[in-house]
Amino acid sequence: MSLEEFKNRNTGQQSYKMLDIKHTPQSGIGKFGQVVERTVKGELFVGLWVTLREMGNALFKDNMHTIKYPLEKLPISPRYRAIHDMLRLLESGHYRCIGCGLCEKICISDCIKMDTKYDENQRKEVTEYTINFGRCIFCGYCAEVCPELAIVHGGRYETASEQRASFSLFEDMLTPIDALKQQKEYDGFGAVSPNADDTIKQTPLAY
Amino acid sequence: MEATVLPEVTSLGVIIKGIIILAIISAVAGFGTYIERKILAFMQRRLGPMHVGPFGLLQIAADGIKLFTQEDIIPQNANKFIFQIAPAITAATAFIALAAVPVFPDFTIPEFIPLLGGTFVPSIAADINVGILFVLGMMAAGLYGPLLAGMAQANKWGIIGSARTAIQFLSYEVVTGLSILAPIMLVGSLSLVDFNEYQAGGFTSWLIWQQPVAFVLFLIAGFAETNRTPFDLLEHEAEVVSGYATEYSGMRWGMFFIGEYANMITVAILASVMFLGGYNDLGFIAGWFIIIGKIAFFFFLMLWVRASWPHIRPDQLMWLCWKVLMPLAMVNILITAIVVMI
Repeated sequence: MSLEEFKNRNTGQQSYKMLDIKHTPQSGIGKFGQVVERTVKGELFVGLWVTLREMGNALFKDNMHTIKYPLEKLPISPRYRAIHDMLRLLESGHYRCIGCGLCEKICISDCIKMDTKYDENQRKEVTEYTINFGRCIFCGYCAEVCPELAIVHGGRYETASEQRASFSLFEDMLTPIDALKQQKEYDGFGAVSPNADDTIKQTPLAY
Repeated sequence: MEATVLPEVTSLGVIIKGIIILAIISAVAGFGTYIERKILAFMQRRLGPMHVGPFGLLQIAADGIKLFTQEDIIPQNANKFIFQIAPAITAATAFIALAAVPVFPDFTIPEFIPLLGGTFVPSIAADINVGILFVLGMMAAGLYGPLLAGMAQANKWGIIGSARTAIQFLSYEVVTGLSILAPIMLVGSLSLVDFNEYQAGGFTSWLIWQQPVAFVLFLIAGFAETNRTPFDLLEHEAEVVSGYATEYSGMRWGMFFIGEYANMITVAILASVMFLGGYNDLGFIAGWFIIIGKIAFFFFLMLWVRASWPHIRPDQLMWLCWKVLMPLAMVNILITAIVVMI
């Protein structure tokens, strides 16, 4: 089908393929004919073939759709808002947070609490930083407002907890200093999933 | 047919045969649930049970533990006695029906085994000369299980389930009887052993070539008899919760299912013995192997159909059985009779 035909939205002009839906037969001989036709047509065997084909595809062509969840996980989108990460500067290894307090201010569920002081170099040092994940609604405002890209959303989405209040400390969210090389930068708000190429399909509409 | 003189069938042999049937068929019925779940899963591109044992093979053990330890609930307003015996009717009749069916080949227990050595174990526990009638009658009596269970449990879904049981019973039973009448006329006997001997001449002597219509009709009626999918009106979850089994739990519920799977095996055996050449050798392939293959094929067909086809309404089942299949069976009998006369 050409692009012209796709773009034509005027009903009645396209080359639609009409389904041959017959009317319910009224006469006895018509009903009998319908039964005979359906009996010998073999439509039921088409259904049998479809399931057998799918079984063959699943078993021998590796087309199984099950993800064995705790053992294997689908990659999540970089835009997904899971448990927060605190990132470090790559050069010095120092944490990026400058203690400006914007995340604490913007937090609409009031779950971030932080305390800062000036250290000996007159820099702001974070002395206390907690996020109550029992209150957090994962709106993403804190990550959005952060001027240093210090607080971002990470990929830990399995957050079942035994307690309603579940505080996470600054050190828990901070990238470990020995894992600095593996620290992942936030891809940005327009980023696509890492497996987007596999899952993308041709859209039926051309614009 | 006095080619070889078989050893005398003793009561000990029959008892051993009964125990073998009970043990193996209930194990196979339990294993059938695993096979069913796996095949249905593959056809829907899922994996099915995977976690208990390698490839989920021990799932039956887990299911068994679950069924045996589940609380046995009897509803307050239920008729306790009938509620309790109804599952036993289903399971018992399913196994009684297997008594007149040739299940495994004859064998004699070797002499070196103490106590039982030298006992001849027949292939049929009870070789009665009206075998087919007995089997079909027992399987028909098995539907009293769902019927009584649905009515005894003081539950509206159960009542609907048993009403549907009655409808199903009235529909398929006439087709089962009439469809096998034509092959019976050809063979001239009601014994399954005679059916087997009649088809001893190899692939071309199978009754399916002479009676294709009867085979299709019997298969359709067999699906209705075992409550398999196109006709699973009794307990279709999407409509009547669980039908006759709504209030059942634990092993009582499990007995319904052992009965259902045993019935599936019985219908598979009947179809293979009556139409597909039974346990005769086929070329170089041994008879015992080929009968297992045929039974497995029919079992797979039932699961395959369940994955593929939607089920039909009760009134459609009655319409199908009385207005389509019964006239077809009558015409088939007439034609067969004329051919036999000439």
